[in-house]
Amino acid sequence: MMKKSILKNLLLAALVIALAVVPLMTLKHAEFGGADGQAEEAITELYPSYEPWFAPFWEPPGGEVESLLFALQAALGAGVLGYGLGFLRGKGESAGAGQP
Amino acid sequence: MKTMKFRFIAGATMAAAFMLLGGCEAYAMHIMEGFLPPGWSLFWTAVSLPFFVLGFRLMRKIVADNPRMKLLLAMVGAFAFVLSSLKIPSVTGSCSHPTGVGLGAIMFGPSVMSVLGAIVLLFQALLLAHGGLTTLGANLFSMGIAGPFVSYGIYKLADGMKAPRSMAVFLGAALGDLVTYVVTSLQLAAAFPSATGGFAAAMFKFLGIFAVTQVPLAVSEGILTVMVYNAILSYAGETMFGSATLSGEVK
Repeated sequence: MMKKSILKNLLLAALVIALAVVPLMTLKHAEFGGADGQAEEAITELYPSYEPWFAPFWEPPGGEVESLLFALQAALGAGVLGYGLGFLRGKGESAGAGQP
Repeated sequence: MKTMKFRFIAGATMAAAFMLLGGCEAYAMHIMEGFLPPGWSLFWTAVSLPFFVLGFRLMRKIVADNPRMKLLLAMVGAFAFVLSSLKIPSVTGSCSHPTGVGLGAIMFGPSVMSVLGAIVLLFQALLLAHGGLTTLGANLFSMGIAGPFVSYGIYKLADGMKAPRSMAVFLGAALGDLVTYVVTSLQLAAAFPSATGGFAAAMFKFLGIFAVTQVPLAVSEGILTVMVYNAILSYAGETMFGSATLSGEVK
């Protein structure tokens, strides 16, 4: 039973990775830009005169700082999620109701 | 044992996803700041506001009824945080990210996610200049309201048809993810109808950009949601959140 669920999770994880890797491998010349950048272009195509009427108060200076903030976002989320899972598991164990 | 392995695998998946992001330009997939005309900005803000208020009240009630739920609420919010930061390459040669709101919608009902989704969107609008304050209402409607409601509805429907729990969670999360970007396309097409083809032509154009890119990501989101859902379920147990008071919240 235990082995089965490990295998299942491994397969699921492999599938998620494959879903991201396959486009990277097959589309050699794609830029993999953001879909919202393309939407911006589409809007300019449809309405060449459209000017954004509001600009962000602050933009991350450069791609590296931006990556930092995105990584921070993921790290915060993963930290809280991991804490929660660990807390629930530990509580289940000490109550004797959780998994051995 | 199983649980530790699971966490390792989940961690490895996310690490691998991060490494892949090297090739992606940094963009979030929400409507950009200033890119909705003022009238539409106001309209979507007005539409989203009641859901937000409703969700906020419900969240307070959930916590008041059972303070232990605070942790689970934080966890589903954290899941949305992680998933909406992962920009993943897709078959169209561009990148997009999942939303991560399906998990919370399935566990707590959809309106709670309008609050948690707003937190994620605000973080990205203020710190990352992705999405924006003027487009917050529109983005909240697609990611924090339409997506979660569809997730919840599909989950309930599949569950009612006696589909396996994992299948119901997968379908709910994946379709909710997809709907978010269909709604984004709809919002843009309504604001920017094509001069020649009208709304339909513009809708087609935006769908081609957002929705097609999103299909494989929706599958990924479905799978990741099932993995985390199963982990939470096995630790917290049915008694803690499989109860009727939780999953049956919508009125």
